[in-house]
Amino acid sequence: MEVLRIEHLKKSFGPLAVLQDISLSVSQGEVVAIIGPSGSGKSTLLRCATMLETMDDGNLFYLDKQAVASENGQAVYASPAVLKECRAQFGLVFQNFNLFPHYSVLKNIIDAPISVQKRKKEEATAQAMDLLARMGLQDKANAYPYQLSGGQQQRVSIARALCLNPAILFFDEPTSALDPELTGEILKVIRDLAAEEMTMVIVTHEIDFARHVADRVVFIADGQIVEQGDAKALIDNPQNERTKAFLRRLQREEE
Amino acid sequence: MSFSVMLAQLVQGMLTSFEIFALTLIFSLPLGLLVAFGRMSRFWLLRNIMRIYISIMRGTPLMLQLLVVYFGPYYIFGISISAGYRFVAVIIAFSINYAAYFAEIYRAGIESIPVGQYEAAAVLGYSRSQTFFKIIFPQMVKHILPPVTNEVITLVKDTSLAFSIAVMEMFTIAKTIASSQKSMLAYVAAGLFYYVFNFIVATVMEAIEKKMSYYR
Repeated sequence: MEVLRIEHLKKSFGPLAVLQDISLSVSQGEVVAIIGPSGSGKSTLLRCATMLETMDDGNLFYLDKQAVASENGQAVYASPAVLKECRAQFGLVFQNFNLFPHYSVLKNIIDAPISVQKRKKEEATAQAMDLLARMGLQDKANAYPYQLSGGQQQRVSIARALCLNPAILFFDEPTSALDPELTGEILKVIRDLAAEEMTMVIVTHEIDFARHVADRVVFIADGQIVEQGDAKALIDNPQNERTKAFLRRLQREEE
Repeated sequence: MSFSVMLAQLVQGMLTSFEIFALTLIFSLPLGLLVAFGRMSRFWLLRNIMRIYISIMRGTPLMLQLLVVYFGPYYIFGISISAGYRFVAVIIAFSINYAAYFAEIYRAGIESIPVGQYEAAAVLGYSRSQTFFKIIFPQMVKHILPPVTNEVITLVKDTSLAFSIAVMEMFTIAKTIASSQKSMLAYVAAGLFYYVFNFIVATVMEAIEKKMSYYR
């Protein structure tokens, strides 16, 4: 079953065509890593998929709901009610967490389930505490975001996204704002989620991580999908020259 | 006139000053939020009407605005002014003037909230009004407390401008006493009153700021 389907997505900022005809679908339980040089459009792709950015043209589906339809070369968005249903299907973990600073850790996690999904406070709290325990943060429920390290804040933001029970979770460079010694704890959380067959799309620079955790890797450059395929095969043995150059450059940096 | 009689008159004036102060805040704080919304509106016309409104309110003296609000109905529309309108005019003039200042403070506060907060709220499914009232507004209040304190303290002193249309607030009374008694004493007492009033205001605002410092 396809959780997400993007067809012929086009997006320009003024004269700059950031995304040119991107098509991508993600099946239930699949982990897709999106890699590519900075400025290639991978974050814009995520922002279009999560409707933080409006696309110029293309189709966008979540499960059986169509959020965006292409009509005469223009993107037409569905009614607010349908968009709301589509939004309920996905979560997004931001590069810089975007926790609500005036809410405690627990309130950050349970407020949307209570005030958006209209769930019972006890039930949402129970799930939140369970998620915090899995993140190793059960003792931080009453702390405020500023009291936490970047890695802890990012784990809270993952718990916040998960507490809405999304069908698919997007990550926008989840470790890029963290000190190098803190990236490991986030990658471990994502690895655990992958083991539980959580459907995920991860924009990342951590090639080694993508190779081990993702089922599929999509390489984007200049707003186009240059190459995609099985994670290990693509990273160990890229076919396209640009992919080869990109991976070579990253390896050199790591050495 | 004995000292105690003078004091009693001044206290009476103080109560009127406090009434002006409190009513102005009650009306101008919410009105300022509406003006700020208008100022940030997507609609060109509304945005520019608010821009002009703020520009006039900030660009002309409050005393002049007060005189216009008080005498305007008579000179412009020929409506005779009742005695009770004096006080009402003060509240109207002060409220629309302070709303303009508060609107700009609110706008600065709202625009200081990182766009990531709106994006996180949107992805979590909050509606526009939920996003504003649950996420943006509480953070804005924390940001704007220092400039709001400034305005509130200025307002305490500005209540004395009501003397220009002879509303019997403290300054008007102090002025009357001073000229009839040929003594500075009433001014000294009034000055003390204003200072104590503002000291209390500053202390209260500081306490509110402290209460909001549970997060950064």
